[in-house]
Order: sequence, then C-alpha cells, then structure tokens
Amino acid sequence: MDILGLLKNMTITHWSFYIVSMLTLFGALGTIMSKNPIHSVIYLILTFFSLSAHYIMLNAQFLAAVNIIVYAGAIMVLFLFVVMFLNLREENEELPKNSILIAASIVGGIIGITLIAAIRQTQIEKVNPYSFNTKTGLVETLGSLLFNKYLLPFELVSVLFLIAMAGAVMLGKREKGERHF
Amino acid sequence: MQLTNRSKKTDKTALTLAEKTYLPGIAAGLGITLKHFFSKKVTIRYPEQKRYLGPIFRGHHILKRDEEGRERCTACGLCAVACPAEAISMIAGERVKGEENLYREEKYAAAYEINMLRCIFCGLCEEACPKEAVYLRHDKFVPVFTSRDQVIYGKDQLVEDMNNRYERDAWTKEEMTKLWEKQQKVITQ
Amino acid sequence: MEAVLIIKGIIILAIFALSLGIAAYETYFERVVAAYIQDRVGPDYAGPAGIFQPLADAGKLFFKEDFIPALADKSLFILGPSLAMLTALLTSAVIPFGDSFIYEGQKILVQGIEVNIGILWVFGIVSLGVYGILIGGWSSNNKYSLYGAIRAASQNISYELAMGLAIIAILMMTGSLSIRSMVEAQHGFNWNIFYQPLGFIIFLTCSFAECNRTPFDLPESENELVAGYHTEYSSMKLGLYLFSEYVNMFISSAVIASLYFGGFNYPGMDWVYSKFTSIWGATVGHNWATVIGICVLMAKIFFFIFLFMWVRWTLPRFRYDQLMDLGWKALIPLAVLNMIITAAAQLSGKPLWIGLILTLIIMLVIFLPAIKKRTVKA
Repeated sequence: MDILGLLKNMTITHWSFYIVSMLTLFGALGTIMSKNPIHSVIYLILTFFSLSAHYIMLNAQFLAAVNIIVYAGAIMVLFLFVVMFLNLREENEELPKNSILIAASIVGGIIGITLIAAIRQTQIEKVNPYSFNTKTGLVETLGSLLFNKYLLPFELVSVLFLIAMAGAVMLGKREKGERHF
Repeated sequence: MQLTNRSKKTDKTALTLAEKTYLPGIAAGLGITLKHFFSKKVTIRYPEQKRYLGPIFRGHHILKRDEEGRERCTACGLCAVACPAEAISMIAGERVKGEENLYREEKYAAAYEINMLRCIFCGLCEEACPKEAVYLRHDKFVPVFTSRDQVIYGKDQLVEDMNNRYERDAWTKEEMTKLWEKQQKVITQ
Repeated sequence: MEAVLIIKGIIILAIFALSLGIAAYETYFERVVAAYIQDRVGPDYAGPAGIFQPLADAGKLFFKEDFIPALADKSLFILGPSLAMLTALLTSAVIPFGDSFIYEGQKILVQGIEVNIGILWVFGIVSLGVYGILIGGWSSNNKYSLYGAIRAASQNISYELAMGLAIIAILMMTGSLSIRSMVEAQHGFNWNIFYQPLGFIIFLTCSFAECNRTPFDLPESENELVAGYHTEYSSMKLGLYLFSEYVNMFISSAVIASLYFGGFNYPGMDWVYSKFTSIWGATVGHNWATVIGICVLMAKIFFFIFLFMWVRWTLPRFRYDQLMDLGWKALIPLAVLNMIITAAAQLSGKPLWIGLILTLIIMLVIFLPAIKKRTVKA
C-alpha cells in the first residue's frame, strides 16, 4: 500500500522524470545488449535523446538542443553511416572464449562495485529549490560564463578543434601519385 | 562541316566568376519556366474535347448503301484478297426476286465479317473495292472490347444505317485544308 | 485560466492540422505547378479544378498492398517512415505563426511553445530528420535504398554546417535564439533580407538540400537509384515518406519567411493596428490585427512553397561531386565570409547600408551576365 500512496503523491515532474529515466536506461541497455550494430547505434540515439529530455527538465534548454544537434544529429549520423558501410552481419559474430568471458565479467563486476561504493560515499549537494537561480542553464548565463570566467579554456578547446580539423584535412589529402579509385 | 543552319554553336569559353556562381543561369532558367507558367496551355481534354483527326482518318469500317438504300457490296472478295491481315471473310448469296430494293447487284454478301483483332486499318480494302462499298469511317473508332466474342464484326455492325448516313467531310485536298481550319477554330473556342 | 489553456490547445491543434493540411495540398500544388510550367493543365478531374486530388491520392495509398521485403529488418523498416513523419511534424512547434490573441486580458501567443532556443530546436529536429531516411534505406536490404540513404546522410550533414553558419549571422543581429524575438526585431518593413542577402541565399540553398528537393534530390534520384531510399516502400509507408517531404517544405518555408522576410510583419502594420484598435477597441482590434499578420505570414509561406516547386521544375539535378563541392567549397566559406561581414556591419553601426550594398552586388552578379549576352546578340 505504501507504493500506491507514493504513486498518488507523484507530481507530473516525477512522472516524466521516471519515464524518461526508464527510457534512458532502456536505450543504454539496448546499446550494449543488441547483437546488430545498427540496432545498437539506434538505441544509443534513443539514449542521447532521453538525456536531452533530462537536460530540459533541469531547465538547461541550450544544453539539450546542443546535445541533440551535435550528438544525436551529427555524430550519431556519422556512426550509423560508417556502420552501414562496414556491413557487419549478425552471424559473423562469435562469442569469445570462456576464459575471456570470465575475465571480462570479473573486471566489469569490480568496476560496478567500485562505482556503487563511490556513489554511496559521495555527499550530493542538495539544492535549495527556493534560492536556486532558474536561469542557470539558459543560454545567456552559459554564454557569459564561457566568455568571462572560462574564456581561456574555451579558446583552448577551440584551438584543439582547429588542430583536429587540420589533422583531418592532412589525413584526407591525396598524396602525390596516390589514387583512391 | 555545317549540314543545316539550325544547329546552334555552343559557347565553350571559360565561365566568368559571376557565371560560376550559377546564379545568373538559375535566374534565367526561372524566368523561362515562369513564362511558361503563364502561357496558354496546349492540352486537349480528351474524352470531353476531341481533336479532329482529318477527313481521311481510317477508323470503323462501314458497308455503304446507295441512294435508294440498297447494299452496294457484291461479294466479289477483292477486299478479302487485298487485306494484308486476312481479316475479312464473306459468303456470297444470290439475290432472289423481291429483294431488288435490298441489294444493288445480283450477287450480294450474305455474310460479311471483319475480325477487328486482325485488322490493321490500312485501308487497302477501301482501295480494292470496285463497287465503292467498303469504307473506313473518319469519324468513329472501333470501340474497345472486353471479350473475344465482340471482336468479329458482322453485317449488323457494318452496314450503313439509312437514318444516319455516313458522309466523308472532304474528298479533295482543298476541301480538307478548309475543313481543317474550320475545325481548329472549333477546338480553340 | 482554463479558457486560456483551451485556446492555447486549439492554437496548437490548428498549427498541427495546418501543417498536415498544407502538406496534403502541396502535393496537389506540386502537380499543378509542374503541369503549368510544362504547358499542361494538371489534375482537374477530382472535384472542381481537381481540389480533391490529395484525398484521392491518400485513398489510393491506403488501399495499396503494404509490402515488407522478406529480408528486411522488419521493426526498423516500420520505424523509418514513422521517424521521418515525426521529425517533420515536431518542427512547427516553435514557429511563431502570429503575434498574439487577447482573451480576458491575457495574451495568448500564436505559437506552439515560446522557448529561448527556438532556432536551435528547429535545427536539432531537422538534423534528426535524416534518421528516417537512413534507417528506412538500410533496413530495406536493397543496395539502391542504401545508396540513397547514405547520400541523404552525407548531404544533410554537409549542408547543415553552412545553414548553421548562415543562422549565426542572424543570431548576431538579434542577440537571441528565440524565433519570436527574431521576428519581432523585424517589425514593419525592417526585414532581415535587407541586411542578410548573402545569408539568405546560403540559407535557401541549404534548405533545398535539407528537404531533399531538386536540385539536391540525390537520395531519391530516379534515374540512378530506382527510387532511392524508398525503393522498397509501398502503401502508406511510402505515403509517409512523401508526406514528410512536403511537411518539411512547409516548415522550411515558414522558417525562411520568419528569419529573413519578417514573419508576420508587414509594412504599415502599425497603421493597421491603430486603425483596428480605434474601430473595434483594444482587444478585438488587436485580435483582428493578429489575424491579418497570420494571413501575411501564410502568403509569404505560400510564396516560398511556390519557389520550392518553381526551382524543382526548372533546375536539373546536381551530380554528387558537384553537390559536395558546392556545400563544402562554396557555401561554407561564403557563410563564414557572411559572418565576418555581418560582424563588421554590426560594429560599424550602419548594417542596413552594408546590407543594401551587398544586395546590389548580388543583383549585379545575377543580372549583369544576362545583359552582357543581350548586347552581344544585338
């Protein structure tokens, strides 16, 4: 009866939080469980999408939109693109040897226990809902923070991107005498 | 070597910078299509509005009667011989007394059949006929059929109806051009 | 409060129905425009002037055999068209179709939701739109479908960049991501097209590419790929794909009209507003002025839909390498240039003059070669 009372007391925010969380977990589990790589990628897109829903519930609309544009919209399209080109087949996959499976499950279990322990140990800072600035996640706040307090890291990141871009161009450039097709 | 003066010389000089943006070409193309958008449409809405096919169109066959309503056909079989598709067959009959108002000659076609699946509408039967009996109508198509029983046309479908006689609109070239101009006017209205 | 919520619901429903209804009639207009451009008359049998043609088309699609290939990935095969339609319809939520209605002293915006990330929302959903094509093409288990899907993906990614850069120039002028504030900044005849002629051309080209419309309809190029990504689709699944393209066209036209052509603003709107309020009073006059604004926006949207069709029946399809060259080597550098020009113009304090000079240059580029050719001929 306790659960029923809990359900009755849940607000619409609670409901949406739990539904979106379930979707996120479903997507994340589907990503690692599905055998077909294409299905994996699509589950991952679902995960990103529901993560964006979480951001919106935290009133971080800009972050949500950018997450959709950059991750769900661009990077995952490229992922899907590449996976489709590779044309991986389900039947080609064979389960690795037993010894590897055992080793993998031990390592995974230890990491899982460590993470759970770490989460139990951490003190999560409670936010006071009355004094909390609701505009924290909005574009204006984010922009002024990026261009004032965190200007140097922001510019450094852009330099990093420039280097990556130049590197990609160098890799993609046709060398003398080389033919691609 | 220039064979006709209708060929157009293509300009193969390098594109200028403005032309390389494609924008002038696109604008010119859009202009052309817009002109056509507002131009008069050439469509003839077929089942309601029919184009005149000309006085020598070869359509539905007809076995003509003469002015007194007698069948002209004498079952000589020249049309059947001339027919490249072997679509025509007939049985001759002898006129008996009292049938003079039905048949012009002493011999007549008791049965006259055209297989419309075989017929290629070449009009050779029309040319072969010495009695000016068989014609291909210019104003009527052989209708679409749905079963093989409907394909073989007998005398009931071929012989001319005296209440609705068939007249060709024009026999000479001059008459034809005059007619054509008249019909064009009707269509454009 | 209840009544306000109901009116808001009605507005949202109306926007939804409008995008579906206009998309349905776009199929009819497409055929009529194609016919008129080709000197034909187009569909005119179903009802007066053929206006029931979309219903007939939809009925035909519903009654066709719904075929799923044996080796297709069944769940993804169904997911593909659904995603295409879903993403197409989501975008209309943030577009301001009109100013506001006043009911019992409360202002109700003629818009699904007013969020301060409006344009990013449009952008994000449009970038998701390619998944419908990609998934549908792959799951058909047909090489032509896959080619179509892959073309769609690379094309959309390439043109999104230039589109985003073109939007950034608009953002610099408005200082907001909300489409409503962008529209309100273009009050009267202060439209962005006068400031951003280059940005407009880039954005227009990219929206053609994003909608997979000719001259960028390589994903479904009939003469190379059978029918592209929807080769294996039939019945209403195919219908959803075709329909989503038309919904996308409507949304793109709405976004172009809002970003560059002032949305629901029109010259002399203040005069109309003051006249209406003096005739009917503040509330009713305001509502009628809003209705006029909605009609003006609709007229602009219809013009751009016509432009989409006009271009489709004028230009031939690009070759694939030309498409990539145009996207990466022409539009992106131009968009960056446009950004720099806009920044300089904003700082110089005379953005309108610089915009008008740019417009003049573009006009010269478009019309000067034609003039030159004519003088050569004479």
